[in-house]
Amino acid sequence: MLTIEELTTDYGPIRAVDGVSLKVPEGSVTAVLGANGAGKTTLLRTICGLVRPTSGRVKVEGEDITRWAVEEIVRFGVAHVPEGRGVIAELTVQENLRLGGLWRGREAMPIREIFDLFPRLEERSGQPASRLSGGERQMLSIGRALMGRPRALLLDEPSLGLAPVLVAQIMSMVRRLADTLGLAVLLVEQNARSALSIANHGVVLNLGQVVVEQEPSKLVADERLLHAYLGF
Amino acid sequence: MFGRVRAVLRAGTLLRSVVLVVVAGLVLLFLTDSLSAYRDLQLADGAYYFCVLAGLTVLAGASGQISLGHGAFMAVGAYTAAKLSAAGWALTPELAAAAVVTLIVGIPVGVAASRLRGPYLAGATLAFAVGLPALADKFPSAFGGENGLAINPPTPPPSLGPTFPLERWQAWIACIGALVVVFVLYNVVHSGVGRSMRAVRDDEIAASLSGLRVGRWQTLAFVLSATAAGLGGGLLAVVSGTVAPGAFPLQLSLTLLAGVVIGGLGSLVGAVWGAALLVLLPNWTTDVANSFSLSSNVSHNLPIAVYGLVLIVAMLAWPSGIQGGVRAIARAGWAGSAKLRPERRQA
Amino acid sequence: MTKFIDLTLNGISTGAIYAAVALALVLIWRSTRIVNFAQGAMLMFTTFIASAVLNGGGSYVLAFVVALAAGLALGGVIERVVVRPVENAPPLNAVILTLGLYTLLVAIAGMIWGNTPRSFPAAFSLRGYRVGGTNLLFTPNDTFTVLVVIAVAVALALLFRRTSLGLRMRASAFAPEVARLLGVRVGRMLTLGWALAAMTGALAGVLVAPSVFLGPNSFDPILIIGFVAAVLGGLDSPPGAVIGGVVLGLALSYVSGYEGSALVPLAALVILVVVLMVRPTGLFAATRERRV
Repeated sequence: MLTIEELTTDYGPIRAVDGVSLKVPEGSVTAVLGANGAGKTTLLRTICGLVRPTSGRVKVEGEDITRWAVEEIVRFGVAHVPEGRGVIAELTVQENLRLGGLWRGREAMPIREIFDLFPRLEERSGQPASRLSGGERQMLSIGRALMGRPRALLLDEPSLGLAPVLVAQIMSMVRRLADTLGLAVLLVEQNARSALSIANHGVVLNLGQVVVEQEPSKLVADERLLHAYLGF
Repeated sequence: MFGRVRAVLRAGTLLRSVVLVVVAGLVLLFLTDSLSAYRDLQLADGAYYFCVLAGLTVLAGASGQISLGHGAFMAVGAYTAAKLSAAGWALTPELAAAAVVTLIVGIPVGVAASRLRGPYLAGATLAFAVGLPALADKFPSAFGGENGLAINPPTPPPSLGPTFPLERWQAWIACIGALVVVFVLYNVVHSGVGRSMRAVRDDEIAASLSGLRVGRWQTLAFVLSATAAGLGGGLLAVVSGTVAPGAFPLQLSLTLLAGVVIGGLGSLVGAVWGAALLVLLPNWTTDVANSFSLSSNVSHNLPIAVYGLVLIVAMLAWPSGIQGGVRAIARAGWAGSAKLRPERRQA
Repeated sequence: MTKFIDLTLNGISTGAIYAAVALALVLIWRSTRIVNFAQGAMLMFTTFIASAVLNGGGSYVLAFVVALAAGLALGGVIERVVVRPVENAPPLNAVILTLGLYTLLVAIAGMIWGNTPRSFPAAFSLRGYRVGGTNLLFTPNDTFTVLVVIAVAVALALLFRRTSLGLRMRASAFAPEVARLLGVRVGRMLTLGWALAAMTGALAGVLVAPSVFLGPNSFDPILIIGFVAAVLGGLDSPPGAVIGGVVLGLALSYVSGYEGSALVPLAALVILVVVLMVRPTGLFAATRERRV
């Protein structure tokens, strides 16, 4: 589904992503773990076209999308939920959601279904997004990404700044979405235990390189490894 | 011998500026002697443009501000000189007063400007450029309305001989004014004051964290440049013989902007090139228009079109910004062939 | 008292024109964070085109439509060709670029049509309404001016608030990167924003030309006043621009009526500086954090 081959991205003299290869099959969750500065966010931004890679390829269902414009990548079904939740504060909740489905035209997901997934959003649908709490914003940006019925979902630190209960809720929601919609989810996280609890594959990134690739259950058990690369 | 010259040059800013002014003065003296009357007048025009551009370039280069209101400061200086000349003042005090009055007018404007940024500053100074000359219409008895004021041409001192041409005398006056501006600005730019201003330009927040009073330095730079523009305006009055609101349209301020941009913001040498261009370009374009027998509409507007194009092209060619451009130029100048790295700016 | 009423009425109709210019500036500021100092020259240019249509025997309606269409095209082309490269550059670049555009357009207009101001016809009679035996300083043409500006403001509001195109444009203005991540073709939205803004400006040009005459530099004060009106309204808010335009129209009408028209630009400057010192975000903007 989503295939990344030898992807390398430089910021000036700094190599942020260094020869990363990954596969995210349909209906599965791949967790990418790593400390601050490991290159996780850059990896996602490169995949969705916001940053240009120096070399390597990104393929979606066999189609090479590496040099496409961001808009075209999104329109090909790759939805990116940026770090810091990226809701448009000046627009209402409903407008944010509608925006996510506009490019799909009539085939967009009915807003009803998003409200069924996240009832809180329905209660607040007429309010500006600036009034939402952190958890609600995270729901909104995930819901908004789903509006366009994507095939692949790139999630950047959805747990950032949320209370543990909310993190658990969001994570189980992500798992359900992958199972029911057949989404390929690439989940970038510092919160390793939460991410691994729902992932099919675990990848640890350090200084832009993949250092470990393992079953989530083994990764969680490897205290020394997590300590070395994630600091706990 | 060579070593001693170097030692002198290294000795101090003041000494260096004196050497600079004396050498430039001798070159100008020689130049005015060998030029025709017409060329002497052009030199005089260039000298007062230089005063204004030097002030603007120090403002842009030293504190990172731009002003679109300097045409109005020229008007202040010019009207001051014209009124005082009519009141019987001698040339030197009259020009000094032109600078001082503009300095005083520049203070409130500079205080306001130091609190404004980017487009707000540009819009406010633009409004100043349009609004101030209109005062001449409001008080026609004092400022002569649309027709403006006439000013008696200066008379060359008798000691220069009976045949000394008026134009050369006007060129001398204007050039002396320009040299005074060079002397003052050179010393300011190369002093602690100039360093503080540049620190403010490069990073306001860092400068204020290191204890610099950002607003005060920006105000000072603004007032200084307004004063230079006022002297330039006074010289314009003396050279052209009349002062009228029509001489200070919005277009003048934009032309000045083009002049500093061409010269490379922040460089006094650049101001010389800018001034030369402002004087010579209308001539060249008239020649071009004549040789292609273009209509007078075209030939009148050709220089303005060139200024517009210069501004557009310069901005497209310097994507890292004027300040980046200034620094790139400065680095190139100081470090010789040191390679220029494109600047990475975060939004 | 009659004079006061006259000045008030006159202020409303000039205020409507200022509102249109302010609206043009605000639409561009919102979408690209650029104050379009070329706006005055752009609306001058489109009004000259309308004048050329009239001279060629075209009707007023045709000239009016051609001016608006020319504004649409000019705004779009300028954004796409010269403004796009400076959209992410430091703000000073955009300021100087638009001033360069202003200068170039003024020069080109002078080359084509000459620098001598010419008259431009009004859509309707310039004879004031007769009320109780006196002629008011408010004419059928003023009514037309006010109605047209209201119509355009309402149409723009509907476009932005009620259509999905408007939603895309607002999203592109508020958060370009997020909008792109949602599949919005932001570049096109910015071009469209400039085109609509320039069209609104073109409208102001045709409406104001009968009273100021038409020359390459005739509209300099209008640009300044429109800018002040936009800042008054917060620079970010279209309704604020309209209110700012009318408030400024009234204020300047009184200044002009009681103190003389020469003071108008200076009065605009004073109002601008006072507003910027007291409330940098504008009088009518909701208080919120200043964006860098």
